[in-house]
Amino acid sequence: MITIEVLCARFATLRADDLLRWIAEGHVRPDRAADDLVFTEIDVERVRLILDLRDVMLVNEEALPVVLSLLDQLYELRRRLREMGVEPDATR
Amino acid sequence: MAEDPYQVLGVARDASPEAIKAAYRKLARKHHPDLNPGKPEAEARFKAVSTAHDLISDPERRARFDRGEIDAQGQEQAPAGTYRRHAEQPQGARYGQRPDAEMFDDLFSDIFRARQRAENAPARGADESYRLAVPFLHAVQGATEQLTLPDGRVLSVKIPPGISSGQVLRLRGQGGAGRRSGPAGDALIEVDVAGDPRWRREGHDLHMTLPVSLKEAVLGGPVLVPTPSGPLRVTLPAGSDTGRQIRLRGKGIAAHGERAAGDLFLTLSVVLGASDPALEAFLRTWEPAEPSNPRAGTEEVT
Repeated sequence: MITIEVLCARFATLRADDLLRWIAEGHVRPDRAADDLVFTEIDVERVRLILDLRDVMLVNEEALPVVLSLLDQLYELRRRLREMGVEPDATR
Repeated sequence: MAEDPYQVLGVARDASPEAIKAAYRKLARKHHPDLNPGKPEAEARFKAVSTAHDLISDPERRARFDRGEIDAQGQEQAPAGTYRRHAEQPQGARYGQRPDAEMFDDLFSDIFRARQRAENAPARGADESYRLAVPFLHAVQGATEQLTLPDGRVLSVKIPPGISSGQVLRLRGQGGAGRRSGPAGDALIEVDVAGDPRWRREGHDLHMTLPVSLKEAVLGGPVLVPTPSGPLRVTLPAGSDTGRQIRLRGKGIAAHGERAAGDLFLTLSVVLGASDPALEAFLRTWEPAEPSNPRAGTEEVT
């Protein structure tokens, strides 16, 4: 089970208060089991992406929701295309 | 064969670390695979960029590469752009359009509050461990030792009589500072008692071998015995042979609390010393009144 402690141990640059803020903003969306936050693999990779955006690409905290929202719309669209039986990259 | 890392990043061979970092950021923004799900070539590009950056952002590895000691391959770095693989699958719906901006805060608000409380709660400081070398006599008599800590503080450590190596003394409140007015931790001091060639410890008693001259052994008389509390005059009975044990009550480990002091046991050992013509002459003519064989019972080896 991936708890907040496990997750923070996995990324050297991740601080718990940053992560909690991202959760409150909906950037990272863990499950909850009783009084604990539980993360799945997609959440771990989401955190890795946010850290890449922040530390490598210098996307600051104010721009982060814009970038994530656009990405979420993009992937939403691609999933929907696949549901309809259309391979998104096949028609190029 | 990987490409030349300077070419991959588009920087000169003598580029400054800042220029390399800037070039890397620019290319990462452009090619990060999670930002380019429809372009498989972006992944390869980003991987090449990351490998090149890993290599020449580390001054040591950059120098080795420049000297030709390592090739441009570098090491495999942490996978980047794997979010995409999840987001492309049905489980990606977890991060579909957000239903309501306030929802997440409300959903986890009690957990956030609980964590906040835990972080603001007073926390006890950590215990800190030290070792302290204690001279043999201080462990026998009890003493107060000074222990200088790495931060310059000096602790007075009360050594109770009878302490032995490996025992741990706890000084309450002398460890790490507490957080947010929490209590300080304890200092845990493991003692290391030195040995002494004169005495051997057995529980709370001490044992020592006391060398005596032939004359002292035969005739008895006063001898000066070193004890932990100082020299002590002991009167030997006449005819005190090698191996005879004499108990000096209360001269072992000092009393502590309810426990009475231990004893000091002397085991006599006759020492002839340098040869003496007079003694030799006497013994040549000496006939024991009651001849005895000190090796009686030891002739037969079974």
